[in-house]
Amino acid sequence: MQRVKAAQGETPEASGPGEIMKTKLLSLVTVAAMVASVAPAVAQHLTGAGGTFPNPIYQRWFTEYSATHSGVQINYQSVGSGAGIRQISQGIVDFGASDGPMTDKQLAESKQKLIHIPTVLGAVVPAYNLPGINTELKFSGDVIADIYLGKITKWNDPRLAKDNPGVKLPDHAILPVYRSDGSGTNYIFTDYLSKVSPEFKQKIGSATSVQWPLGVGQKGNEGVAGMVRNSPYSFGYVELIYAAQNHMLYGVVKNAAGHWAKASTATVSAAAAGASKNMPADYRVSITNAPGADSYPISSFTWLLIPEPSKDAAKGKVIHDFLEWMLDHGEAEAEGMTYAPLPPAVEKMVRKTIQTVH
Amino acid sequence: MKEPEIIPLSRVAKEPAEATPTIPATPRIPMMKTVVPQPGSEPHAVVGVASPSEIRNFLQAKSSGRIADGVFTGVMVLCALTIFAIVVLIIYVLVSHSQLSIKAFGWHFFATQTWDPVSGDFGALPFIYGTVVSSLLALLMAVPLALAVSIFLLDICPGVLRGPISFLTELLAAIPSVVYGLWGIFVLVPIIRDQAGPVLEKYLGWTGFFVEPNFGVSMFAASVILAIMIFPVISSISRDVMRAVPVNQREAVLALGATRWEMLRIGVLRNARMGIIGSVILGLGRALGETIAVTMVIGNHPGIVKNLFAPGYTLASVIANEFTEATGDLYLSALIEIGLALFLVTIVVNAIARLLVWAVVRQNEGGAH
Repeated sequence: MQRVKAAQGETPEASGPGEIMKTKLLSLVTVAAMVASVAPAVAQHLTGAGGTFPNPIYQRWFTEYSATHSGVQINYQSVGSGAGIRQISQGIVDFGASDGPMTDKQLAESKQKLIHIPTVLGAVVPAYNLPGINTELKFSGDVIADIYLGKITKWNDPRLAKDNPGVKLPDHAILPVYRSDGSGTNYIFTDYLSKVSPEFKQKIGSATSVQWPLGVGQKGNEGVAGMVRNSPYSFGYVELIYAAQNHMLYGVVKNAAGHWAKASTATVSAAAAGASKNMPADYRVSITNAPGADSYPISSFTWLLIPEPSKDAAKGKVIHDFLEWMLDHGEAEAEGMTYAPLPPAVEKMVRKTIQTVH
Repeated sequence: MKEPEIIPLSRVAKEPAEATPTIPATPRIPMMKTVVPQPGSEPHAVVGVASPSEIRNFLQAKSSGRIADGVFTGVMVLCALTIFAIVVLIIYVLVSHSQLSIKAFGWHFFATQTWDPVSGDFGALPFIYGTVVSSLLALLMAVPLALAVSIFLLDICPGVLRGPISFLTELLAAIPSVVYGLWGIFVLVPIIRDQAGPVLEKYLGWTGFFVEPNFGVSMFAASVILAIMIFPVISSISRDVMRAVPVNQREAVLALGATRWEMLRIGVLRNARMGIIGSVILGLGRALGETIAVTMVIGNHPGIVKNLFAPGYTLASVIANEFTEATGDLYLSALIEIGLALFLVTIVVNAIARLLVWAVVRQNEGGAH
C-alpha cells in the first residue's frame, strides 16, 4: 500500500525525467539510423555449418575477415558434412560446407537452390607401424583395397614386396584400422579405392561411413593415428594435415599415371589441375585418381554450399564479398596450414561463378 | 555399554522415515482448528496471544501453514509428473523420427546383422549384442569386487584405512568417462595386448573366449573399462545399505556362535540384499548407456563372435560415431531407431532385474513362514 502511494505521488513530478529519457532515446535512434545509412553492412551476422576437415582454415578466414570488415560476423560450426548439408537444405543456416559433393537427390530435396564453391583441397595418406622399418613404404591402390578387403593379410605378401624392393617386410599379420565415425576422410578414401578396385566398389562402395568387412575402427584422425602408433603391424589412413602437423611417417601411393606420388600441397594441387581440364560447371567432381604425372591420387576438394539467390540480399552481398576476399587473400594462407590452394585454372572459374552470387 | 549405541541407531534409521510423513500430513492442520482453542478457550483469531507454543507462533508468523502445505504438495506432484512427461517425450521423439526406418525394416531391424550405409540396409543386432554382452561382463567383474570392498570397509578394515579407501572410491565415481577412455587407450589396451592377453589365452584359450589375434582394443577391453567405471557406484551404495543393517542383527548372529563370515552372510548380506541388488541395477544402467569410454576401446567393428579379444560395437557407440555425418533420411532414421533400441534394451534389462529381485524375495518369504 505504502509503496503504491509513493509511486502515485511521484508520477506528476516524474514526467520531467521521463521526457528527457524519451528525447535521449529518439536521438539514439536517429544516430543509429545515420550510422546505418553511412555503412549498410552494419552488424551482419552469418552462420554456417558443415564439415570438420576444413574447420581450422575456415575459422581463421572468418576471424580475419571479421577483423578487417567491421560489422560482419561469420560464425562457422563444424558439425559434420551431413549435418551441414541438412541445415543448409532446410535453410537453418546462411551457408553450408561439405567434404563430399551433394548428390543429385540431395540437391533435388533441398528447399533452396544451392551452388558448390570449391575452397581448398585436402588429401588422405596411408599410415603404418612396422617395428624396425623407418623407410617410406610404397602402396599401390589395389593393394590398399585388398588389405581392407582381407585379401592381403600379411606384411610380406608378394604384392607388397614387389612394390617395396629392398625392404625386409616382416612375416606378420596386418591389422587394418579405419575411421569409425562418419567423415569426409572416409568418403575420399573409399571413393579412391572404389575407383582403383572394382571389387572394393562392389563389396564396400564409397560413403562417409561404410561397412568394413574386417579391422578395427577408431574415432577421428587422432583415434586412428593413436591406434596405428600404439599397435605394431597396423595399417590405417589419416588426413594429410593431421599427419603433417604430428610429423607422422606416411606412405607413397601410385597415381593414375603409374608414378609414385608423396602427398604434399604441391602434388594435391597438381591433382586438382589435372582434373580441372574437364571440370563441370557445378564443381561437383571427384579428383581422386586424377591424371597427371605429379598428381597425388587420394585428394579432394572441399566445398562451401551457397544458396542462390540468397533469401536476404544483404547477406548474399556479404557472402559474395567474402568469396572475393577468399580468392584474393585467403587462398594464400592455405599452404601454411597444409591445405592445397585452388589451382589457377579453377580459381579463374570460381571468380566467374561468384559474380552470380548475390 | 552397547545398549545405548544400538537403540539410537535403529531409531535414527526408523524415526525420521516414519514420523515425517504422518505428523505434518494429518494432525498438523486439525491441531490449529481443534486442539488449539481448547486450553485457552479463545476464538481462532486471538490464537496468537496465549495458547500455542512459541515455535507454532513463530512458524505462523512466517507463513500461513495451510496454503504453504497445499502449494508444497502441488509442486511435489508436478515435479513427480515431469518424470512421466520426460519419458513420454523421449519415446515420442524416438518413435516419430524413426518412422522411415521402422516402415522400411519392421521387426527385422532388431534381428539382422547388416549395417551398410552405402546400400541403405540397416540392422541393429550386432550393436544390441555388443551393448548387452559388454555390460553383463562388466557386472560379472565389478560386482564381486565391489561387494568385497564394501564388506571389507564395513567390518574388517582398520579405522586408519577406512577414510582413504571410501574417499578414493567416491573419487573414482566422479572421474569423467572421457578420462577413463584415454586411460583405456594408453594404459589398459597395451596391458591387455602385451601382458594379460597371452596369459589369458594360455590358460583360458580352450574356452574359445580368449583367442588370438588380440589387438588390445576389444570387447574384453570395453568390459574391463566398464567394470572399473561401475565398481565405485555399486561399492559405495551397497556399503551404505550394509551399514544401515542394525548392529544388533550382527551381534545376535555372533551371539549364536557364528563365525565372522557366517555373521556377514546371515546377518548383513541377507538383510541388505534388496539394496545391494538395487546398486547393481544402477551400475548396469550406467554400463548400458556408457558411450565415449567404450567407443575408444571397443574397436567399433560390428559382429557377433564368441571371442572376447575380437572388436565389438555398442548401440551408444554407433550413434556417437555416425550421427554427425549421416547423410540421407533413411540413414538418420535408422540411427534414431538405434536410440530407440537402446531405450528398449535398458527397459528390458531393468525389467528382468526387477523380476529377478521379486522372485528372490518371494522365495525367501516363503521359506521363512
